[in-house]
Amino acid sequence: MTPVLQARGLVKRYGHVVALDGADFDLMPGEVLAVIGDNGAGKTSLIKALTGALQPDEGQILLDGKPVRIRDPLEARRLGIETVYQELAVAASLDISTNMFLGRELRKPGPLGSIFRMLDKKRMREESAKHMADLKIGLRSLTQPVESLSGGQRQGVAVARAVAWASHVVVMDEPTAALGVKESGQVLDMIKRVRDRGMPVVLISHNMPHVFEIADRIHVQRLGRRVAQIKPGDHSMAEVVAIMTGALQVSEGKSVVTDKDAAEAIGL
Amino acid sequence: MAVMEATLPRRIITTPTAGPLAALVLACVFFAVNSDQFLTGGNFSLIIQQVMVVGTLAIGQTLIILTAGIDLSNGAIMAFGGIVMTKLAVGSGLPPLLAVAAGLAVCAAFGLANGLLVTRISLPPFIVTLGMLNVVFALTHIYSEDQTVTDLPSALTFLGQTFRVGGTNVTYGSLLTILLFLLFAYLLGYTAWGRHVYALGNSQEVARLTGIRTQRLTVGVYTVAGLVYGIAALLLVSRTGVGDPQAGQTDNLDSITAVVLGGTSLFGGRGLVLGTLIGALIVGVFRNGLQLMGVPSIYQTLITGILVILAVAVDQLSRRRTR
Repeated sequence: MTPVLQARGLVKRYGHVVALDGADFDLMPGEVLAVIGDNGAGKTSLIKALTGALQPDEGQILLDGKPVRIRDPLEARRLGIETVYQELAVAASLDISTNMFLGRELRKPGPLGSIFRMLDKKRMREESAKHMADLKIGLRSLTQPVESLSGGQRQGVAVARAVAWASHVVVMDEPTAALGVKESGQVLDMIKRVRDRGMPVVLISHNMPHVFEIADRIHVQRLGRRVAQIKPGDHSMAEVVAIMTGALQVSEGKSVVTDKDAAEAIGL
Repeated sequence: MAVMEATLPRRIITTPTAGPLAALVLACVFFAVNSDQFLTGGNFSLIIQQVMVVGTLAIGQTLIILTAGIDLSNGAIMAFGGIVMTKLAVGSGLPPLLAVAAGLAVCAAFGLANGLLVTRISLPPFIVTLGMLNVVFALTHIYSEDQTVTDLPSALTFLGQTFRVGGTNVTYGSLLTILLFLLFAYLLGYTAWGRHVYALGNSQEVARLTGIRTQRLTVGVYTVAGLVYGIAALLLVSRTGVGDPQAGQTDNLDSITAVVLGGTSLFGGRGLVLGTLIGALIVGVFRNGLQLMGVPSIYQTLITGILVILAVAVDQLSRRRTR
């Protein structure tokens, strides 16, 4: 099976700091891949490189097995890579359907649209309602401003927008970081529904229980590169944390203790 | 998921223009009761003539404030545009329409310069336009040699002429101002460009992440605003019949007053350009009504000031409630 999205040997340097040190990445069709790593492990740089927000100094990105150059976030979107950001990236005073279609508005057919550039608000509302219903996000009105919604509902709008436009991958950068427990649960359910529709998801998260709940595979990032790819069922949470911090190393599917004290400290 | 139902009454209450409209209506009722000259067609035509220049400037100001910017240079740009139009039309023998076009182009160019400084060098709009205010003010006086330009060809004063609507004389300039407000209400409310302006004012980062080319949009907004200032210059010239280098010196603040009174948030992303029309009319109605009642003009200024503070306080309080 060809990975949907792949990276080989990505390098990104900021002066003397090496954010990415030959990082690899593989996302398989239809899976939820969690990307985890300690602060400074290069998670964010990796995701930014994959979504066009930064340009790697070296290395290659492949989409459906074909090399691509993602110059900016717009280019990523054109390639069918949609991103959901942690900071609830919606325009607060605008309504739901306007947010869903922001930057990709539909115009009315005929001269009203072509000459007078009039928006087809009705069609955008109808299509937004459909997308929201697909993800089972219940909202009574699509004309209310997004700022009148709860955090979870706002993130729902962002997820629905990403899913509506993504043709390849949905990347979610800490989508639950700004949310409470109940609302996080709603977003996790949404992610499952996205996966069930066959859309692969990259989930960046600090939250181990969330990762173990929904990830099919886990990519562990450490010191600027991928140090392990594991299945949640094969390892305990404590082990995964140990791999993340370097106390454990994974080679050929087996864990090797490299830092005995550290491993004991976390109860392995 | 429990969601506030967006019922009609609630939507009216939460529309930021509802308050200003109510204030305008109340003010009209008050002055109609207290002065028998207030409620006449001729008086209303006069009010519109008195507010059309600042109102037109305030259209451009609204666009910029919606992007979370501010423009202190619009009155100065208008004054310079007026001098360019009149000097070229009178002194250089250029056909009057070309002179007008040149004035519009100069105003748009100053808007463009503001936009480029705000985006390319990431300077705060307040500082950029404060600097531009002084630059343009000086240029106006240098270029005009402090001389008022008179004896204008009729093409430059055409907008000051009137036509009759049901016994009331209305200037073509008033009509143009109203049409401009309707045009920008349409552009902001019913086109993708307008939606993007609001998104930009909500959060530049959000707008950028949704694929809006924020720098280009910002430069476009400042340039379009500049062009609108050029139209205000033509309105001013046609109303006064001269090119006056001293014109428009407090119009920058007056245009901000109109925008704020119209319910547009100074924080960007919220408000309506038709609100600005209402805001401009509120100022005009108060000035006119108090004058008819024989109240000294300094009290008109006092009341305008109080209204502005009230309007911003209401905006702040309503924002706090929605958070």
